[in-house]
Amino acid sequence: MATAAAPLLEVRGLCKRFGGLVALDRVSFQVREGEIRGLIGPNGAGKSTLFKNIAGFYRPGAGEILLAGRPISGRPPYEIAGLGVVRTFQETTLFQELSVMRNLEAGCHLHASSGLFRALLGLDRERLERQRQAAGRILDFVGLRERRAQLASELPLGSQRALALGIALLAKPRLLLLDEPFAGMNPAETAHMMELTRKVRRSGITIVLVEHNMKAVMGLCDFVTVLNFGRLLAEGTPESVRRDPAVLEAYLGSAAGGTERASC
Amino acid sequence: MNSASRRHGWWLAAAVLLPALAALPFFLPFHRQDFMIFLLLDVMLVVSYRLVTLSGEWSLIHMVLMGCGGYASALLSKRADLLVWLSIPLAALLTAAVALLLSFPLLRMRGFYFLIGSYAAGEAVRLAWKYFVYPFGGPKGLKLIPPLELQLPFLEQPLSFVEPIPFYLLLLVVTCVSLLLLYRLEHSRIGLTLHMVHWQPSLAEAVGVNSWRYRTLAFACGAFFAGLAGALFVHYLGSINPNQFAIGEMLYILVWVIIGGTRTFAGPVIGVVVLSVLNEIFRQYDEWRPAIYGLILLLSMRFLPDGLESLPGRLRGLWRRRVAAAQG
Ligand SMILES: Nc1ncnc2c1ncn2[C@@H]1O[C@H](COP(=O)(O)OP(=O)(O)OP(=O)(O)O)[C@@H](O)[C@H]1O
Ligand SMILES: [Mg+2]
Repeated sequence: MATAAAPLLEVRGLCKRFGGLVALDRVSFQVREGEIRGLIGPNGAGKSTLFKNIAGFYRPGAGEILLAGRPISGRPPYEIAGLGVVRTFQETTLFQELSVMRNLEAGCHLHASSGLFRALLGLDRERLERQRQAAGRILDFVGLRERRAQLASELPLGSQRALALGIALLAKPRLLLLDEPFAGMNPAETAHMMELTRKVRRSGITIVLVEHNMKAVMGLCDFVTVLNFGRLLAEGTPESVRRDPAVLEAYLGSAAGGTERASC
Repeated sequence: MNSASRRHGWWLAAAVLLPALAALPFFLPFHRQDFMIFLLLDVMLVVSYRLVTLSGEWSLIHMVLMGCGGYASALLSKRADLLVWLSIPLAALLTAAVALLLSFPLLRMRGFYFLIGSYAAGEAVRLAWKYFVYPFGGPKGLKLIPPLELQLPFLEQPLSFVEPIPFYLLLLVVTCVSLLLLYRLEHSRIGLTLHMVHWQPSLAEAVGVNSWRYRTLAFACGAFFAGLAGALFVHYLGSINPNQFAIGEMLYILVWVIIGGTRTFAGPVIGVVVLSVLNEIFRQYDEWRPAIYGLILLLSMRFLPDGLESLPGRLRGLWRRRVAAAQG
């Protein structure tokens, strides 16, 4: 394979400003296929902004983003999703008024939508059947089968996050950008979500994980990239990053001693 | 209720309602027949408007789009001598095309800006009708628009659809087909995608929805049916002028949709039927009508904020509570 040499995601010299604020300052890093990459940093470091740039929600000020060697920056989000990059949201984002199953069906848009006339004439039946099957598979995958008829708004936090992950998975990503999926979870929910994340990786999806929960980051990630004030601060295995004096300095006060939570 | 029995319910309701609706005008005086015709046209308007609102946008140009269909069909049949049976569907398509063109500037905007933008665009179109005496006839509009006619083998004279009863029956068929299509659209995958675009636009984009495309689709399809209603209307009335599509008429659509309720497909239909019938009943107290109408609006907004569509559910709840109280 010609593209096997290229990393799945490459970010080169990415910059993003909001007025006078430099949210991202010449950030460069690479993620290999099959990896779980941690992306950490104190509040306001620019992690979510980085995700939004990669997924096309923001237009980068400068720099390049390559997916398997092909530039994707400047394209709209739905095209980037079509190329296989799907993000989740830091604030739990679901169709609260719809059932779990319906939420998952909504996630199938890329693979189940059909044109106006097919829909009107009922010629999209076999697509809808495939949509139901795909949604059903993900229902089992994220462990929500018992709750499939419940409204998303009625779910406990852990299940809501699992549902959000399920919706993202139904877009069949190659690269999944998870923005703080562990925030606010209790230990049982955290353990479940960690298991789920590993299962996602085993199914062949590369993951970039933004997270403040250090236990999850240390337990899941192959490599960790640290951002601080929009700049790349450190990169390496979880162990080496944890010992890095510059990283400790950046987190000083909240997590220099402990390992549970970096900040908040 | 499962979906199969619900579908049976719908078919049953249609089987009873349709023959009744078809027979109704034969028992009504002339002015009530006219009323029924305008009611059906208004039903088409609100239901096509609902499609636009499904994508999350409230437009103020819908009435003008109806006018586009009317003017297009009038011009095609009167000035280009096209057969009226062809000019009507062609006019509906042209209206959809106009909406598609307008969508480039309009659908860049959202929410309040779209609302105002759609109003401005509508007024611009209406001004063009007023200003250009050729071809639109200026402020007086167009008159002597050819009627729909059908030459039947067993009739000496062609059947003319300026007579209320034949026109009503034709309109009933067109309205039913339009409603069926719009209902299917709303309950198809496209309807779900429109729901996504409306309620979680970012999530929709993140899983690959081109929201601009879907908003355009809803806008243009809604315009198609508004244009169809306008085209039919103009051949019944035989004349058309810009004032028929002024903003005041548009406000009626908004009121019907809001009072009827926006949650279900039936909501706007209930709204337009109930309010129009009330309006007709109070016709004799002419000077009091606006006040009565206003009072009804206020009361329903105060006591039925979710629209008339929520009334059956509420009554059922009340009934259950009474039964429970009687038993307990
Ligand atoms: N749309 C915006 N307009 C202006 N400033 C913004 C915008 N989005 C983010 N910022 C600013 O950019 C900086 C980076 O924000 P970002 O949300 O990327 O941080 P983060 O690393 O995700 O933080 P957290 O851990 O709290 O989620 C912050 O200072 C934030 O205030
Ligand atoms: Mg963030």
